[in-house]
Amino acid sequence: MDQETLIAAIKEIVKPYTKNEEALNNISENTDFVNDLQINSANLVDIILDVEEKFNIVVDNDSMERMLNVKAAIEIIQSKLAGQ
Amino acid sequence: MRKRVVITGLGVAAPNGVGIPVFKDAIKKGISGIRHDPQLEALQFSCQITGKPDVPENLQLSYLEPLELRNFNSNGILYGLIAGMDAWKDAQLPINNTGEPDWDSGTIFGAGSAGVDKLREAIYKVDDLQVRRLGSTVVPQTMASGISAWLGGKLGLGNQVTTNSSACITGAESLLMAYERIVSGQAKRMLAGSTSDSGPYIWGGFDALKVCTFKHNDHPAAGSRPMSATASGFVPGSGAGALLLESLESALDRNAKIYAEVLGGYVNSGGQRGDGTMTAPNSLAVQRCITGALQYAGVDAHEIDAINGHLTATGKDTLEIENWSIALNRKGKDFPYINALKSMIGHCLSASGSIELVAAVLQLHEGFLFPNINCEDLHPEISAIVDEEKIPQQLIHKELNLIAKASFGFGDVNACIILKKYK
Repeated sequence: MDQETLIAAIKEIVKPYTKNEEALNNISENTDFVNDLQINSANLVDIILDVEEKFNIVVDNDSMERMLNVKAAIEIIQSKLAGQ
Repeated sequence: MRKRVVITGLGVAAPNGVGIPVFKDAIKKGISGIRHDPQLEALQFSCQITGKPDVPENLQLSYLEPLELRNFNSNGILYGLIAGMDAWKDAQLPINNTGEPDWDSGTIFGAGSAGVDKLREAIYKVDDLQVRRLGSTVVPQTMASGISAWLGGKLGLGNQVTTNSSACITGAESLLMAYERIVSGQAKRMLAGSTSDSGPYIWGGFDALKVCTFKHNDHPAAGSRPMSATASGFVPGSGAGALLLESLESALDRNAKIYAEVLGGYVNSGGQRGDGTMTAPNSLAVQRCITGALQYAGVDAHEIDAINGHLTATGKDTLEIENWSIALNRKGKDFPYINALKSMIGHCLSASGSIELVAAVLQLHEGFLFPNINCEDLHPEISAIVDEEKIPQQLIHKELNLIAKASFGFGDVNACIILKKYK
């Protein structure tokens, strides 16, 4: 799955949790979920569950800890998809 | 002299009306909020009639954001938010959107349990080895203090934010605790209230105790019959009530509308000794609670114009009337007017005290006595103590000065509050 498609999918997933609309519109690989999108950190676990559901993957605890921004999310999704 | 405390805001989510205008209209007209409950019928409950506030999704969206409503399954928190935020707005207090908490305002908002439906969901997932799939929403919806935490966040409260729990006196107790916090000078404003979840997992235990009526499944509106000779148990209810308490000084400074004054009250327990048990009241304790409240408020028993009773429609109503009569030393035509809101909304358990206090405050503020419904066949042991004209079955418009409100609860606990018309 290419990067652009993944970013678009992540954008859809984080949309309901995002408090900064403008940052969401400008989402890129460098976007941080908490600092840029102003997502409540408690919601990061919900985002991970939504990612798992969308891509039919399981995100392990170590990966969960790292999934704080778009770049890490892409890496984790791609590696889990490749491992299937 | 003690600091004076007044009520400047009201909110309610009751089975017969959500929001003060609808609720006020309903209690004046004697409209029952008791309905047939298909879920309880499907689950083969003995009692298949209940009282639940009507809270459609578009109403929910006025109190919770779409994100907050995702995976939301705690109706007690929802009812509490509706009542609490309405009371705040009714008091014309601003929703705090500054970065700074409102240090002078807090809440004591009680609950009997929290998010039982949400907890059930979580239990199924945990047992199914899916703990990681619980997400972020379980804790805030199932912690006992959930409702006060949600309200604290919505309103930006910076004073004490807590939840009390004492069975069916929870609502009355929350008001007294809030009152004391203001009297002691530690807060200017306290949102007092309480909420109760609805649903089979709350009500099942009461059904099993055989304290709910099973004789009125075919005619729900006639099912809740406090003080009636044919009372056969309470009708389970749910909802929330909220009252914004404020020091008189603060209310006058803000030029706020004042509904009534709180003169204080008393809480105690019968210690489950004598005739008191986990489920039955020690009469001596009930009487001491009432006289204790009068004494604290500096009010003579003969000055009480009306009683807002606990009166659940179980066999204990007669005993309650007897206890009032002994504590006040009044009977017959000299007995104060007495009202049982549960005749219209059932027994809203941990929320009952708050919803009933809201009704009592409206009575003082506007000068009326709402009708008691379903007691056209007054219990003879009650009419032997209280003259029938003191148990109004029609709306009465009348200036009232002092109302005594009492609640009694499992654990042999009692609370009594004295409310006064503000002058």
